Amino acid sequence: MGKIKSLEELMKIKENTLKNVKMREEGKRGRIIVAMGTCGIAAGAKDTLKAIVETLSELNIDDISVVQSGCMGLCEVEPTIKVELDGEVPVIYGHVTPENAKRIIKSHIVAGEQVGELIVKRGEE
Amino acid sequence: MPLTTNTILICAGGACISAGEESVKDVLERKIKEYNLQDTINIVETGCMGACSLGPIMVIHPEGVYYQKLTPEAAEKIVEEHLLKGRVVEEYLYKGDKGKIVPQPQKEIPFFSRQVKVATRNVGIIDPLNIDEYIARDGYFALHKALKEMTPEQVIEVVKESGLRGRGGAGFPTGLKWEFARKSPGDEKYMICNADEGDPGAFMDRSILEGDPHSIIEAMTIAAYAIGATKGFVYVRAEYPIAIERLTVALNQAREYGFLGENILGTDFSFDIEIRIGAGAFVCGEETALMHSIEGKRGQPRVKPPFPAQKGLWGKPSNINNVETLACVPPIIYHGPQWFRQWGTEKSPGTKVFALAGKVKNTGLVEVPMGITLRELIYEIGGGSPTGKKIKAVQTGGPSGGVIPEEYFDTPVDYESLQQLGAIVGSGGMIVLDEDDCMVDVAKFFLEFTVDESCGKCTPCREGTKKMYEILDKITKGEGTEEDIDILENLANVIKDSSLCGLGQTAPNPVLSTLRYYRDEYLAHVRDKTCPAKKCKDLISYVINPEKCVGCTACARVCPVNAINGEVKKVHEIDQDACVKCGSCIEVCRFGAISKVTPAVQ
Ligand SMILES: Cc1cc2nc3c(=O)[nH]c(=O)nc-3n(C[C@H](O)[C@H](O)[C@H](O)COP(=O)(O)O)c2cc1C
Ligand code: SF4
Ligand code: SF4
Ligand code: FES
Ligand code: FES
Repeated sequence: MGKIKSLEELMKIKENTLKNVKMREEGKRGRIIVAMGTCGIAAGAKDTLKAIVETLSELNIDDISVVQSGCMGLCEVEPTIKVELDGEVPVIYGHVTPENAKRIIKSHIVAGEQVGELIVKRGEE
Repeated sequence: MPLTTNTILICAGGACISAGEESVKDVLERKIKEYNLQDTINIVETGCMGACSLGPIMVIHPEGVYYQKLTPEAAEKIVEEHLLKGRVVEEYLYKGDKGKIVPQPQKEIPFFSRQVKVATRNVGIIDPLNIDEYIARDGYFALHKALKEMTPEQVIEVVKESGLRGRGGAGFPTGLKWEFARKSPGDEKYMICNADEGDPGAFMDRSILEGDPHSIIEAMTIAAYAIGATKGFVYVRAEYPIAIERLTVALNQAREYGFLGENILGTDFSFDIEIRIGAGAFVCGEETALMHSIEGKRGQPRVKPPFPAQKGLWGKPSNINNVETLACVPPIIYHGPQWFRQWGTEKSPGTKVFALAGKVKNTGLVEVPMGITLRELIYEIGGGSPTGKKIKAVQTGGPSGGVIPEEYFDTPVDYESLQQLGAIVGSGGMIVLDEDDCMVDVAKFFLEFTVDESCGKCTPCREGTKKMYEILDKITKGEGTEEDIDILENLANVIKDSSLCGLGQTAPNPVLSTLRYYRDEYLAHVRDKTCPAKKCKDLISYVINPEKCVGCTACARVCPVNAINGEVKKVHEIDQDACVKCGSCIEVCRFGAISKVTPAVQ
């Protein structure tokens, strides 16, 4: 990084870094929990996690946090994620490949429509 | 885009480091690697988060869960439970009254929720070694605004309108001071940051330098532009190596980005900053002494006027500001003067950082709006007494300050109100005292500090404070007379009026204010030879109540000088001539048989 001369350059650094710093602030609209137990990771949860973070970032969504958790006990439908939005019953999705993750974000998080065929469970266990 | 899912902010402030922050961090790092989470979890070492008595502290985001009193075992558990499984580890959460677990996240904990952070807005939140994180929190936007959209006069006007007053002790209006420096003729001017922080117990300046060094660099550059300075100095005491280290890193980053050096932000304004390390004498924090010290001379004060704005460093117009004062400047420029005025009072706008210490549950740094009452500060944020004993007073403003009794706790904290009570805001030290604290002893404690720190240049301060100390010492030993109290009071007034610098002029304040509110305690010491707080060793005795003593021998075994005699299952007795009044016996007796009495038994 060279010398900064304009407001645009400052803004660029701010935007690039803000995502990291903002993560630390509370006041989120909800969160996505990715099951990262051994079985989940074996089924590809790491790629799913990556896809979730990348998609949120691409769509400039910064009020949803991404959290890892252990095994949710649904090994046969891994990778699984749980979407918890304020004021909504939590939803667990199964077989969340990176592509499905993208779909869930676009549909559930952005448009407010749950992706019916991927739902494994609704509500707290 | 990094793939972080959790960020751990771990406090690397002085208190937390000495409480074992490093070993906690080591375990965290090791465990995180073990579970192969290193790519998704980010650990950031921050400056002091404020709740120092609870350290080591960390906060896990995005949830904002706050963990305290950490150990290496705690770190292990938190990685396995919280980070891996998403389960909060209750053991290390903040506890409210009676150990009740209070709601998380951090911002809902009373200690944090009542605070408003302006000067410490980034401390404990960003990585102090990462300039981009400072920029992400609007850092250097104020500098850009000042340099590109405002004239120096407009910058000064905004600071004046904000009502910001010097946080270094005297509370002088900052904008006015800048205006004097700007109007003072001369091509070469200097901008100085006073980071000497000599007040015992205060450490807000250190915490800002360690946790958010860029805020000081940005503020100094804005100030330099406003007054027309070409060169700046930060005067830091040598006891602050971490602050010096982080400031050095930050200065280099700022130069790299073009926020310091030639043609800042592409304008024709040039300015650079050097660090000067002070030896840590209290008087070197006084502005004229500080400037002598930067010039390489002995750090002794000189008569004012001329003020630094006329004749400062090397005889050139100079402006000197405290660290916390400067930390408020960038957001004031960025958001405008009214933004700052939304907090505080008409004459004392904004917020102030206080260092809470003494007989209060939550000790550490807190930033609150000016005008908050002492009661709110001490009970709601400070959490009240840690032992349930009655809080008696608060000593504010360090060695230059005074005590305020509990009946005045509804007073708003601002420069004028505290002054009216004979105390000061000062640099923000607040020591809470309870019924176990003796007011004569408190005055003696601060006087001892002054006697040690007087530079000796003028007689009233050099000789007078020593004489005051001797009288106080005599009184605490039960050898004082009523006449001594009068002499003490006269002496205090003379020293106040005739000393050369602020050190001597304010040294009598602890004596005058304790005399004002607690003269009866002084009188008890001289007339009845009693110490009402049972603190002064020469006026108390430890005695065993024969009716309660069961002869367990616990006290006799703990006594370091074998002053306690008695056989097993028989009543014990203390040999008063041998007893050194260490207080060990009273603590071990499970039967409450030992008590302190005043006056001393002969
Ligand atoms: C004995 C003595 C010690 C002082 N120590 C400090 C200090 O450690 N830090 C500080 O900022 N100001 C200290 N001051 C106040 C400074 O002289 C000066 O008023 C202050 O740095 C101005 O900055 P401000 O207007 O931003 O408060 C001290 C004053 C005296 C008389
Ligand atoms: S008042 Fe005290 S510290 Fe100040 S110049 Fe005089 S002797 Fe030195
Ligand atoms: S106060 Fe200390 S020295 Fe005195 S009797 Fe108790 S233990 Fe012994
Ligand atoms: S040093 Fe950690 S909270 Fe103050
Ligand atoms: S030894 Fe006497 S009560 Fe403890």
